[in-house]
Amino acid sequence: MNAVSGLRVALLGNPNCGKTALFNLLTGSRQKVANYAGVTVERKEGLFDTPNGKRIRILDLPGAYSLNAISQDETITRDVVLGTKEGEERPDLLICVTDATNLRLNLRLVVEAKRLGLPMVLALNMADVAQHRGVHIDVDLLERELGMPVVRTVAVRRGGADDLIGAIERHLSGRPLADFKWTAPDTADVTTTQREVRRIMTVAVREPANELRIDDALDRVVLHPLWGYVILALTLFMMFQAVFSWAQWPMDAINALVDAAGRLLSTWLPEGILQSLLVDGIIAGAGSVLVFLPQILILFLFILALEDSGYLPRAAFMLDRMMGAVGLSGRSFIPLLSSFACAVPGIMATRNIGNWRDRLTTIMIAPLTTCSARLPVYALIIGAFIPQRTILGVLNLQGIVLFALYVAGIVSAMAVAWVLKVAAGRNILHPLLMELPSYRWPNPRNLFIGLIERAKIFLTRVGTIILSLTILLWFLSSFPAPPPDATGPAIQYSVAGIIGRALETVLSPIGFNWQISIALVPGLAAREVAVGALGTVYALSAAGDDVAAQLKPMIAQTWSLATAYSLLAWFVFAPQCLSTLAIVRRETNSMRYPLIMAGYLFALAYLASFITYRIALALTGG
Amino acid sequence: MSLDSSADSSADARLSVPLSSIGIGQTVTVREVRTGVHEAEGGDIGLRLLELGFVEGESLRVIAHGNPGNEPIAVRIGNTTFALRRFEADHVLVATAANAAMKP
Repeated sequence: MNAVSGLRVALLGNPNCGKTALFNLLTGSRQKVANYAGVTVERKEGLFDTPNGKRIRILDLPGAYSLNAISQDETITRDVVLGTKEGEERPDLLICVTDATNLRLNLRLVVEAKRLGLPMVLALNMADVAQHRGVHIDVDLLERELGMPVVRTVAVRRGGADDLIGAIERHLSGRPLADFKWTAPDTADVTTTQREVRRIMTVAVREPANELRIDDALDRVVLHPLWGYVILALTLFMMFQAVFSWAQWPMDAINALVDAAGRLLSTWLPEGILQSLLVDGIIAGAGSVLVFLPQILILFLFILALEDSGYLPRAAFMLDRMMGAVGLSGRSFIPLLSSFACAVPGIMATRNIGNWRDRLTTIMIAPLTTCSARLPVYALIIGAFIPQRTILGVLNLQGIVLFALYVAGIVSAMAVAWVLKVAAGRNILHPLLMELPSYRWPNPRNLFIGLIERAKIFLTRVGTIILSLTILLWFLSSFPAPPPDATGPAIQYSVAGIIGRALETVLSPIGFNWQISIALVPGLAAREVAVGALGTVYALSAAGDDVAAQLKPMIAQTWSLATAYSLLAWFVFAPQCLSTLAIVRRETNSMRYPLIMAGYLFALAYLASFITYRIALALTGG
Repeated sequence: MSLDSSADSSADARLSVPLSSIGIGQTVTVREVRTGVHEAEGGDIGLRLLELGFVEGESLRVIAHGNPGNEPIAVRIGNTTFALRRFEADHVLVATAANAAMKP
């Protein structure tokens, strides 16, 4: 065999057995994360070297309880190990990863996989925890009973996979595969396998009576009908406090840096097309991507740590019934809550939802939650049109309108989820079958690798799309240049201006004038951009926060109240955010879903604005 | 496996109750897992429960109930805890300690 041969091994194991931690330990940073062709399941491949200098390719298969697949993840895993997955070579060796503290569950897949005829090595992972809990495993006996080499591993300790690497090297001899024919097992087959597992357990493993005493004590509080919700509320409160407050200064710093870079370039370069492209197009575009990063990293630090510790599935357990009312599972709660900060990290967080239908529904309704980018728009319009009045002594009228906008978002998100549930068939039984894994301390290395992975995905896959679209929008807003005798603002003569004028015919039935219509075009990049764009269209001289201050009296004079309400309704629904559509494309691995999303949100926005405008007109006697 | 236990008049079936009717903290024994009842999202739920260790004779303990409506149900089997919705838990018929003792 060649030293740098194409030897391939694959990690097979149940969810929660520490498989990915082991993969991280073996490969370190030498891993490539992508998607399996045509689906949204993550494909993780990496490289590692044996002490004898053999370079081995290792695939971290999606977690599976059984080869008799019932989920997208399990189907991929089954197809890869059977060698029927298109574009994937069958692995030369299977490493069956098991949680040594839970062999009774984990060994069944091992016994099942043995029938595949592939060379196999069994890794007893979390061997340290098992020993600590008093689980006694007779490795020699287990090897004999299973007919495969068995090694202990500790994925969270440096050198914890050395025995495994040795075993891989010894057994990766390229011996021919035994003939096999896999068929989906029936009840009798499963019962036979389970009997075999129980026989092996009796022979080779001794477990203490109740090794989960600490888990029991924790669960009595964490899953308690009162204290459980108190803990959940506190956890979520802390998490979002952190997302907003910790992220604030790095976000400010990034904004300041982008501004400074823009100003520096403006002084270096002569005023003109090149300066505008670099400053308003590229630097502003890059800034609009980078500014998301702190929130994404902080949110994912929490999500990864909570998932790793075993708390996240329990939070999903507590919220399952509530979310179930609209056909979602408890797993959808945190992504949706995150979307109140920004739909981009919210949609990225849907990866923790195992069920594809649940995940898609959550992605589809995430943009309906009121993200923070809507606030500048809401603040502008509410400030200009809603009087500062106190109602019933304590309630502020402006506050009530803002609250109503949030409620409108939540109610419509739930309504869309409900419609999708009904469309999928009301009678479809929706299984949960979720493991609540044993509590454990999150491992810093895994958190770090997980965060780097998210940052990379966001910056490379999403960042490039957002950046190029921002530049495209800049071109649309800048060309053609206004004629020398132009009287209006430059944007009025650009392609964006022409599109905006054309849009006006479509948008005038919902009360939008041509200024609003034009501002909505660059405002596609991000909602808050619409405020700046309105400033440009109304040819205001101010920049930054002062735009809103100057705009308020301007629009208060020129817009009708009905138009203002209509625009508020528009922003509850309209997908005025390319970043969201870009992340949906990345996360669903297709153009289909972002297009459906944009279509249905624009349709809802138009409908809502139309109704709002007509009612407001009737009420104000317009 | 029998698909309809109400038609089954054996003593065992009468002593067996669905897992969803068991209270928090109670320990019970699996009598039967009904396979072939529900196909949901491409899988037989009963068969999957069997694969996850809900095998005749295994001990189960109900750890917690979600809210509202006591759903989902957290069940400890061996060293694993699973959360099941009510209709999933109904695939598992169990005997309470008292009933199990009556079994000859």
